[in-house]
Amino acid sequence: MTGKIRYAYYPGCSGQGTSVEYDTSTRAVCAALDIELVDIPDWNCCGSSPAHTVDHHLSAALSCRNLAQAAQVEGARGVITPCPSCLSNLKTSARRMADPDFAARVNKLLDKPLRHIPPVKSVLQALFEDVGPDALYPRVFKRLEGLKLAPYYGCIMNRPPQIMEFDDHEHPVAMDRLLEAVGATALPFPLKVECCGASYGVARQDIVERLSGRLLDAAAACGADAFVTACPLCQMNLDLRQDQINAANKTGHRIPVFYYTQLLGLALGLDPKALGLDKLAVSPRDVLAAVGVRA
Amino acid sequence: MKIGVFVCHCGSNIAGTVDVAKVAEAAKAMPDVAFASDTMYACSEPGQEGIIKAIQEKGLDGAVVASCTPRMHGPTFMRTVARAGLNPYMFEMANIREHVSWIGRNKEANTRKAIDLVKMAVAKLGQNRPLYPKTFAVNKRVLVIGGGVAGIQAALDCAEGGLDVVLVEKTSSIGGKMAKLDKTFPTVDCSSCILGPKMVDVAQHPRITLHASSEVEDVFGYVGNFQVEVRKKAPYVDWKACTGCGACMEKCPAKKSPDPFNELVGRTTAINIPFPQAIPKKASIDPTACIRFKTGKCGVCAKICPTKAIRYDQQDEMVTEEVGAIVAATGYDLMDWTVYGQYGAGRYPDVVTSLQYERMLSASGPTGGHIKRPSDGREPKNVVFIQCVGSRDPSVGRPYCTGFCCMYTAKQAVLTKDHIPDSQSYVFYMDIRAPGKMYDEFTRRAVEEYGTQYVRGRVSMVYPMGDKLVVRGADTLAGTQVEVLADLVVLAVGAEGAKGSPHLAEKLRISYDSYGFFMEGHPKLKPVETNTAGVYLAGCSQGPKDIPTSVAQGSAAAAKVLGLFSKDQLQSDPQVAKVDLKRCVGCMKCALTCPFGAIKELETRGEMKVEVIETVCQGCGICTSTCRQGAIQLQNFTDNQILAEVNALLLTAEEEGA
Repeated sequence: MTGKIRYAYYPGCSGQGTSVEYDTSTRAVCAALDIELVDIPDWNCCGSSPAHTVDHHLSAALSCRNLAQAAQVEGARGVITPCPSCLSNLKTSARRMADPDFAARVNKLLDKPLRHIPPVKSVLQALFEDVGPDALYPRVFKRLEGLKLAPYYGCIMNRPPQIMEFDDHEHPVAMDRLLEAVGATALPFPLKVECCGASYGVARQDIVERLSGRLLDAAAACGADAFVTACPLCQMNLDLRQDQINAANKTGHRIPVFYYTQLLGLALGLDPKALGLDKLAVSPRDVLAAVGVRA
Repeated sequence: MKIGVFVCHCGSNIAGTVDVAKVAEAAKAMPDVAFASDTMYACSEPGQEGIIKAIQEKGLDGAVVASCTPRMHGPTFMRTVARAGLNPYMFEMANIREHVSWIGRNKEANTRKAIDLVKMAVAKLGQNRPLYPKTFAVNKRVLVIGGGVAGIQAALDCAEGGLDVVLVEKTSSIGGKMAKLDKTFPTVDCSSCILGPKMVDVAQHPRITLHASSEVEDVFGYVGNFQVEVRKKAPYVDWKACTGCGACMEKCPAKKSPDPFNELVGRTTAINIPFPQAIPKKASIDPTACIRFKTGKCGVCAKICPTKAIRYDQQDEMVTEEVGAIVAATGYDLMDWTVYGQYGAGRYPDVVTSLQYERMLSASGPTGGHIKRPSDGREPKNVVFIQCVGSRDPSVGRPYCTGFCCMYTAKQAVLTKDHIPDSQSYVFYMDIRAPGKMYDEFTRRAVEEYGTQYVRGRVSMVYPMGDKLVVRGADTLAGTQVEVLADLVVLAVGAEGAKGSPHLAEKLRISYDSYGFFMEGHPKLKPVETNTAGVYLAGCSQGPKDIPTSVAQGSAAAAKVLGLFSKDQLQSDPQVAKVDLKRCVGCMKCALTCPFGAIKELETRGEMKVEVIETVCQGCGICTSTCRQGAIQLQNFTDNQILAEVNALLLTAEEEGA
């Protein structure tokens, strides 16, 4: 890796609220690895869950406005975002703009038509491709030796493959490789691309209890100390609702659910405060203490 | 010159979007055209008779047929012209179907283009000269590549027909995939019991020469006169001395070599005979597993061998076989199913392929016919079969139906119940495709008599849970999701062309598709032939087939070879390159570019020139575009003929512009 890499950064709404620790740890890790994040000026909602269920054109217009704003960031390699849902909507909208009829209707909704579509990646993809496990290895301050992790990518980080164009959509390994580079053990977690129940937590809690419950059972069966996620919604369902799930399924799981950026940050020796470990509902203290990390 | 033009309607294929009457009318105004008409089907009997009648009554010197592609009916109309008493090369075809009516809907534009194409054909025909084929002798030996059931059948039928046969097999024994099968559907009879005697027939037939552990390295020549270079790979055993006693296998200390015959389920010794019924029953050493080859120590087999047959320093041997025809029967390989991440992609030991399961069922297999889980050796109770793994799945680049998986899955489900009576089999399927004789009845038996649970729907995921596997899928008939807790999962893996078949196809100068299957001459009417004369196809090398169809095609290929060899002399195509010795300066550029090695040096009156070996030349024309002197010309496609076509087209454009 030579010199700084600059990206236009799209934090997304969850990064400002429910998953603020994902946002702060992402910023800290990127800074430590010489990736400069410039927030997209005056960014708006990506058009995810609510908009795209109502109107694809409106949803794409919201995403495309963000892409147009991102073009103002000088010298950026493209747009990156930590949230798979934002990523999915940005990439899907960019793909749909290839259809001239679709583009015409979207451009009508925008003040100025979108001329140039910058490349869009997840932060995970940027860390994996621009830094990579090999470059990460020598920068590790504290190896997470002995920490057994269930890497959980969620259902939309790599799917549909023809839009996301990163890693194996049925058996992704990018996060596994990064975590192994910092000394942790990435278990062969079989349900790494399964659905957690997503936003059904609001409408049909029983669905989340069943689907996320299965994930917790499988992680426990693998002997995982903790989950590692890359998605705010997955993290919330597994972490915040773990007690609800336990109650519904009559189980007693106490599995901390990290963002992968938090663990990379710990390994890079970053300040635990910046990584927001105190925001996790299931305390990671004992799990981290067992591998000699104080948090 | 008096030329006749015949415009074909091809029913509505052409007449639907081309004004054929107008094309015929326009043709009447073209230079040298003495007769023009349109006809419903030019290729039909009345159509052909009409052409003959016109040629004879009007005293025509040549004919242009404006119809379909010459690939389809060029030879048909050449025969028609010949029947009318003309030289068959005094004929031209204008393709107004594939090149016009099938690709455009604008009738006016189509008609204009059809007229242009006819005008070009007429102009070219004006330059045509009669051509006469040469005859050459045929070497009545046949080479069969691949010793599976299709190759065995082709070899035996040819040999019974009185031909000398050379059978080349890549592995150390013939038998192919069928030899690996435990039972065959729909009769559930022992596979090796019906194949074994045929394999013995091959070994004992006085007219069959078998090269096992051998591969075709190169192919030269042409129909009737091929020279084939065969590499006989060193087995490090003198097969003349080896009696197949198997003493070396018993004593070999390297017992952990993966066993390709058992689909890597079992282990074998570094020196081995692949299976008890192997033909030839000779031992060979796997140098990647042999301790002697890896460390220089050991040598147990050489000490133990009663006939002193072991040769550690043996080298590959090249053999040249001269044959007149070749049958390619190279078979298939299973598609690489490890692209299926959702089925574990090779990570879970208790997810096996169909062929691995077949070896587990076989009494001569690695488990002695006992079904055991690879992970812990336990007998499974719940066995789940997943169909269409690598078939009918465009997402992995395999959109075609492999065709035999429905049947072998039903067979394996039946056999599972036979082996473990208290077991339960589940089959996840898309459709049941069982069109063969007694096939549908068989799949019904699997359901009705053997209690196999058929679930219509795809499996979304297989993952381990404790020591079991969770198979999650859809039941699209019940409209629900289902989960089965399985002890063993068997993937019905689809087939693709055998590995290396594209390389062989290039050596044989035949076509292959993107899945590695060889292309037949015509999908319906030439299923056994290829576009290269004298090369025929049999078995799964042409596409996935079950055993009866493979055998039938093996016999069909043999019939084609016997038909070819029923003539002592063959005629060569006269559409080959020809050298004008006055113009040739002997620069040899043509010889360098010829892909077939058809051009050789010729010394004439003390000067170096070149000459074309007419039987080797394929008429591709590369040499003619290379020659700066214009000294080498492709017969029937000379510079003058092509320029006449170009002029006809450009002059039309000029007239229209004016």
